Amino acid sequence: MSDTFEPVIVGFTCNWCSYRAADLAGMSRIKYAPNVRLIRLMCSGRLDPQFVFKALAEGADGVLISGCHPGDCHYVEQNYKTMRRFALLKRTLAALGIEPARIKLVWASAAEGNILAEEIDKMVAEVRALGPLNWKHDGRPQTADRGEHAAVGGLRSAVAEVAA
Amino acid sequence: MSKPKFAMYWAAACGGCEIAVLNVHEGILDVDANFDVVFWPVAMDAKYKDLEAMPDKSITLTLFNGAIRNDENEHIARVLRAKSQVLVAFGACATQGGIPGLGNLTTKQQILDTAFTTVSTDNPKELRPQPTFKMPEGTLHIPTMYETVRALDQVVPVDYYLPGCPPESEQIAAVIGLVIRALKGEAQLPPAGAVIGAANSTVCDECKRTRGEKTITAFTRMATFQPREDQCLLEQGILCSGMATRGGCGARCPAANMPCVGCYGPAPDVVDHGARMLSAVASVVGSKDPAEIERIMDGIADPAGTFYRFGLPHSLLRASKAAQGQ
Repeated sequence: MSDTFEPVIVGFTCNWCSYRAADLAGMSRIKYAPNVRLIRLMCSGRLDPQFVFKALAEGADGVLISGCHPGDCHYVEQNYKTMRRFALLKRTLAALGIEPARIKLVWASAAEGNILAEEIDKMVAEVRALGPLNWKHDGRPQTADRGEHAAVGGLRSAVAEVAA
Repeated sequence: MSKPKFAMYWAAACGGCEIAVLNVHEGILDVDANFDVVFWPVAMDAKYKDLEAMPDKSITLTLFNGAIRNDENEHIARVLRAKSQVLVAFGACATQGGIPGLGNLTTKQQILDTAFTTVSTDNPKELRPQPTFKMPEGTLHIPTMYETVRALDQVVPVDYYLPGCPPESEQIAAVIGLVIRALKGEAQLPPAGAVIGAANSTVCDECKRTRGEKTITAFTRMATFQPREDQCLLEQGILCSGMATRGGCGARCPAANMPCVGCYGPAPDVVDHGARMLSAVASVVGSKDPAEIERIMDGIADPAGTFYRFGLPHSLLRASKAAQGQ
């Protein structure tokens, strides 16, 4: 065990190009950093920016988004939407203090296992240099537990009280 | 037979919610006819100690407006939760954090610096508010401001959410009417945790403007542009939040030629209002060229402040990195 910080990167790949690129990297015995947890979507255009916010809010140090090259999308042009969303996502995250290097967009065709592996290595090194993101929320839950306070039950007892 | 008890409280908010309640006009007489108003600092004299002395769950309905940004807000939120059977987060600040929640983009220190030491402030001794002050008569306390702003349900459990900045008066009247009928056994209340007094779809669904294919080649702002009154505002390059925002307001802002600012909070099933907004806005940018896309995005002056105008504390990230002390 070394003391170097190992970032957790959540990677979203598309079914048709970038996930296959990752597969190819594996079959070709290309080594790349094990810090990325890949999640396969049908298309990079399926990537709802909410996924990125959720990953960062719940412990990821960075998010990698990967899809087919522009012009090669299996769904014609959804990866252009990814390209546009990524541009605005990066600006919004920057305004919230999240370093631009923590999110990365990589185009990788099914034949580019080596490129995907290289980009993952580069990203892991960059995020490692930035240090942990460790989004903490002051330890407070998103919403307080409703627990015993159930409005409908509460009102039923009020009805009984008024009737009495 | 004693009347059910009613309370209303104003935490970190502008006061518009209180005005919106009075805008129900004669409807306010129904409140008086059906409820015994026991605590409503804007409308009647009330002391916190009297509220604290009330038995638990003795107030039937409490409308709580305002976010939680200091220890006084939090204390009263906890007291009112204990004393109330039905606690309603009332208005954008209580449900989502609201405009005060934009304070979460920056630090408490920066907010105080802006308020007390910038050129426009006449404060030669650079005085700052102190939470305690010793007087011959005793020690005075003022509320301590927190580092971040929270929505009501991030402090205490909330039964219902009534969104809006402020909630539309006819929606308030409808909710009060529903509670009165429920108390008489003539109607059922929605399940706890429900959003009430709002629609189950988006502002776009209520908007009368015609919508076509959207391709935006430049964003513009209301200050420098007079939009057409019949066409979708977003199609004209105005950032309008209608597509990600819950309806129920009747799309009043677009009807008045102003864009939706998102005050009714995220549409049903949307987890993060801002993320959904940016997704919708970015995907209709009319370019496939990365450099041009960046140039078009330059037209969005303040993405975080625009997309999270009313809901930063309730978003997935909740506050900027700096505001969280990182």
